[in-house]
Amino acid sequence: MHTHPLLTALRTISAWAVTLLLFFPLGWLFLTAFKTELQAIAVPPLFFFEPTMENFGEVQRRSDYLLYARNSLITSLGSTLLGLLIAAPAAYSMAFFRTKRTRDILMWMLSTKMMPAVGALMPIYVLAQSAGLLDSLTALTLVFTLSNLPIMVWMLYTNYKDIPPEILEAARMDGAGIWKEFRYVVLPLSVGGLASTGLLCLVLSWNEAFWALNLVSAKAGTLATLISQYSSPEGLFWAKLSAASLMAIAPIVVFGWFSQKQLVQGLTFGAVK
Amino acid sequence: MKRLLPRVLMAPAVLTLFLWMIVPLAMTLYFSFVNYNLNDPMPLFDRAFAGLENFEYFITDPDFWPAVWNTLLLIGSVIVITVVMGVLLALLVNEPFPGRGIVRVLLISPFFVMPAVNALLWKHMMMNPIYGVLADVWRVFGATPVDWLTDWPLLSVIIMVAWQWLPFACLIFITSLQSLDREQMEAARMDGATAPQRFFYLTIPHLGRPMAVVIMIEMIFLLSVFAEIAITTNGGPGNASTNLTYMIFKQSLMNFDVGVASAGALFAVILANIVAVFLIRIVGKNLD
Repeated sequence: MHTHPLLTALRTISAWAVTLLLFFPLGWLFLTAFKTELQAIAVPPLFFFEPTMENFGEVQRRSDYLLYARNSLITSLGSTLLGLLIAAPAAYSMAFFRTKRTRDILMWMLSTKMMPAVGALMPIYVLAQSAGLLDSLTALTLVFTLSNLPIMVWMLYTNYKDIPPEILEAARMDGAGIWKEFRYVVLPLSVGGLASTGLLCLVLSWNEAFWALNLVSAKAGTLATLISQYSSPEGLFWAKLSAASLMAIAPIVVFGWFSQKQLVQGLTFGAVK
Repeated sequence: MKRLLPRVLMAPAVLTLFLWMIVPLAMTLYFSFVNYNLNDPMPLFDRAFAGLENFEYFITDPDFWPAVWNTLLLIGSVIVITVVMGVLLALLVNEPFPGRGIVRVLLISPFFVMPAVNALLWKHMMMNPIYGVLADVWRVFGATPVDWLTDWPLLSVIIMVAWQWLPFACLIFITSLQSLDREQMEAARMDGATAPQRFFYLTIPHLGRPMAVVIMIEMIFLLSVFAEIAITTNGGPGNASTNLTYMIFKQSLMNFDVGVASAGALFAVILANIVAVFLIRIVGKNLD
C-alpha cells in the first residue's frame, strides 16, 4: 500500500507539532534548570542563553538532595523487591493451580486498590506513630509494597497465564519437581513479566506523593517530599525549583524511556497485544 | 503436597492484603464513631462514643457535595480527554514517518514525571498569570492572561492530570493498533468502505479492550489524586477544586480531627465501591 508523499509530509509535521506541544512543559523545565533566576522569569521567555550549573549545587546545599534521593532509592527498590517476593509465588500459584475461587481472589485483590489511600490514612498514621515508625524508611517501604501488591499480583498472574500449560506438562512428565519446573521452565519464560512488574512498582513508588507527604518528613523524606517544599514560593526561585525537579524526575524518566515496551505489556495485564 | 503447596505460595499475599484492608478499615470504622483529636493524648481505645455526630458533621460540611462532584468531574473529564485524544494521537503516530522513534519517547515522558513535579511545573512555569508561558501566549494574541489557578482551579487540575495520563492512554492504543488486522483493513477498503466507516466498524471495536484497561487503571489512580491539588490550589479558592481525598486530608492532618476524617474516609470508600461495581462490570466483560 502506497501513501501519497504529501500525506506522509502532513502526518510527519502534525505528529511532530503535537508531540513538541505536549513535551513542551518538560522541555521548558529542562531549559529553566540551567538559567539564572532572572533569566528564568524573563518576559518574553528566553530560548537562548548561556547555561549555568549553579542551581544544581544550590539545591544540594539548601536541602541535602542526596539524602532524599537515597531515601527514594531505598524505598522504591525495597518495595519492589519485597513486592515481587510476595506477589510472584501467589501469582504463580493462581496461574498454575487454578481453582474455582481463583477469579474471586483476583477480583478481591484488585478491589483493595479501589480503596482510596486516604481511607487508610488515619489508621496507618496512628499505627506508625504508636510503633515509633513515623518518619521512617521502614514504614514507607511497607506501605508502598502493600499498596502496589494487588497490581503486581495481577500483572504477574496474566504473565504466567500466558505460558502454555503443555510446556509445564512436558516438564512434569520428564520428572521435573516443582522447583526445577519453576527454575528451568517458568522463570526463563516469565523474566519479561517479572521485569515489567518490577519496573512499574519502581516508577509508582518513586513518584508516590500521598504517603510520602503524610508519613515521613525530614529524616525519611523522599524526593516527592523535597519537591513539595518548593510549593510555597519564597521570592523568585524558578531556576532552583526547576533544577530540583529535574534532579527528582530525571532518573525515572530516563529509566522509563528504556523500559516503555515492557511497561505497556505489563500494565495492560497482557490484554493488549 | 499438591494441595498444600499452592496455598503456601498464596498465603503471604492473601494474608498481607487482607490485613492491609481489614485493619485500617476496622480502625477507621471505630474512629468514625468516637471523639478523637490527635492533639489529646488519651489511650487509643478509651474514647467517648460520638454516635453519628462525625458523619453528620462531615456531610453537612459545605465542602462535602462540591468535593463529591469535583471527584467525579475530575475522573470523568480526565478519562474522556485521555481516551479521545489518546486514540487520535495513536492513529496519527501509528504509520511510519521520519523520527517516529523519538516522537514515541518524547510522548511517553510525562507519564514518568512525579505528580509533585507536574503540579509545580504547571503552577509556576506554565500557569503563572505574569511569568507563565501560557500568559506569554495569551499576550501574543493580545489577550489578558488568565489567572488559571484562581479563575479556573478545577480545570487547571484537570489539565495537569490529563497531561500526565494522556501518554499512558496513547501508548496503550498504539500498541493495540499495531495488532490491527491489516488484511482485513485492506479488504474493507477494496469493498469500498470509506475511511470513517473503517474507523467506526473496524478500528474502534478493536480498541474496545485497551479502552477498558485504560479506564480501569486510570480510575484506580484518579480516585486518589492528591499532590496536584495539595501543591497547587489547596482545594481552593473556597472549595472549587477540593476532591474527597483532599477534603479528608484537611480534616485529619490539618484539623487533627480523626473522628470526622474517618467518617469522611468511609464515604470515600463507599463512593469508590460504587464506582468499582460499574467498573468491574465494564472491565470484567473485556478482560477474561
